[in-house]
Amino acid sequence: MVVPVAAADTGLLRGGHPSAGGRSARRSWRDIRAWRGIVLGLTGVFFLLPLYAALRFALENNLGHLTLAAFSAIPHTTGFMPAFLLSVRLAAVTMAITMALMVPTTIYVHVKHPKLRVAFDAITFLPVGVPPIVLVIGVLQSAPFVLKSTPYLLSLEYVILAMPFAYRSLDAGLGAIDPKTLVEASRSLGGGWLSTLWRVIAPNLRSAFLSAMILTLALVFGEFTMASIDLYTTLPVWVVSTDSITAHVSMAVSFLSLALTWVLLLALSSVDRRRFRRRVIIVEGT
Amino acid sequence: MPSRTSRLGQLRPRLRGMLALAPFAIYVALFLVVPTIAVVVGAFQTPAGRFTLSNIAVAAHAPYSNGFVESLELALVTSVVPGILGVFVAYAVHTSRRRLLRRVVFTASGVFANFGGVPLAFLFIATLSATGVATVWLKDLSISLTSRWLFTFPGVALVYMYFQVPLMVLIVTPALNGLRPAWREASENLGARSRQYWRCVGAPVLAPTVLGCTLLLFGFGLSAYATARALTAGTIPLTPIQIGDVMNGNVIAGQQNVGMALGLGLIVVMAIVLVLYTLLQRRASRWLSQ
Repeated sequence: MVVPVAAADTGLLRGGHPSAGGRSARRSWRDIRAWRGIVLGLTGVFFLLPLYAALRFALENNLGHLTLAAFSAIPHTTGFMPAFLLSVRLAAVTMAITMALMVPTTIYVHVKHPKLRVAFDAITFLPVGVPPIVLVIGVLQSAPFVLKSTPYLLSLEYVILAMPFAYRSLDAGLGAIDPKTLVEASRSLGGGWLSTLWRVIAPNLRSAFLSAMILTLALVFGEFTMASIDLYTTLPVWVVSTDSITAHVSMAVSFLSLALTWVLLLALSSVDRRRFRRRVIIVEGT
Repeated sequence: MPSRTSRLGQLRPRLRGMLALAPFAIYVALFLVVPTIAVVVGAFQTPAGRFTLSNIAVAAHAPYSNGFVESLELALVTSVVPGILGVFVAYAVHTSRRRLLRRVVFTASGVFANFGGVPLAFLFIATLSATGVATVWLKDLSISLTSRWLFTFPGVALVYMYFQVPLMVLIVTPALNGLRPAWREASENLGARSRQYWRCVGAPVLAPTVLGCTLLLFGFGLSAYATARALTAGTIPLTPIQIGDVMNGNVIAGQQNVGMALGLGLIVVMAIVLVLYTLLQRRASRWLSQ
């Protein structure tokens, strides 16, 4: 019997793997398929069930009817708009500082001091070692009053929290393009430092920028620890503070925040599929 | 003997090189190093600024000592279990030849690993609280959870899996990609069975990475605050929650220095975790160049 390759590939036909010879090999391949199916199936249920539950909760009203009321009520619910706008402003400031600080530094290290890369890997990993709850006490203890009286102190700290993965995104992006050669070529053609940065390096780093920005955005919109201790009502702080009357709305916001992150990351991964896989992405929203 | 000017001339480019890194260095110093030092120093001070060991003494006794033990236990459970599960899932995806499956699992891992905190707590409240979807289903199977099961230790541990497993999948996959097919072929040519290959080649090569990643999960589990806060509102004592209570003035006012002593405890554990992680990474890079 001729087994079409496509059919064998769907897993409908047993023992269709090319390397499977003999009976025992065929059986072990079947076993592998079986346990792989079980592992992935159970994992899938574990991850999708809460999503389904949240969506149902957000869509069902008290009488058990399906309605989009919770979603359409989001903008009008008391306190949502101020919290949302505060998070937007914090995100904008955080992203601006991250770019201004991390991009020139990372490029400079790559081009001028490649030996320092090991040290930078370690330094940019340090924020992982200081739990946000501990960092925020230290910040409130040590920051001058001028900073303590403004919510943008949070942005300044979010840059630190975002550093591990912002640096890794940019580092991976730069590692893939050999910036040293590009800089030398541009310089020898008479380009200044600024035009080299802007017209040669930056266009090559677009997807690295993008992923750094999206992850920073996700971090700012998810960060609860520091904002709640610093007593500012950002979006996550607002979600927790809602009462039982607005529970459907908070559930809708929770669901949307996950869906939105997913859409953004999926869009990013299709822009930059190959590089995306290798990157470790960690946001401290936990 | 080199003259003073030529020495300066050698020095200047290096100085200028360092100067370009100054903004970054100053930023990290101001917003990471100084606050950390402030916590460490504050742990040994009275509110008036005098040296004391009493904060440490308070932090070392109940209820704070219980919180520390509970936190370490939670971190241990939520790093070892997802550590093992994550490797299985990553391997299942790794050996699959379906591209689509890989893409879906990796983007999903990226999302779920980043998805902690408050929204996550809400998702599980919809699922496993007294009237949650899964609770109702389980009741049909005549498994009844107590109405507050989600807010106890196993419940919180289960919720942590939601970001710890995907995180493990993300960070362990590059190591699986580093297992070269040639090694497997070589061992098969020498007559090794699958189990022998794993015992003698696969496991020793992967072990440092898997251990290192598990350690990292331990660190994340230990420092997580938002999820536990939104879920439990303090029903199980965890050090991050206790620090938050102290800082919010939920305990007696003027206890902030005790909060710093607790913070010092976490910093010490995290420092050990990071040092071990670095050592294991170095060990891992011997065979797996990424």
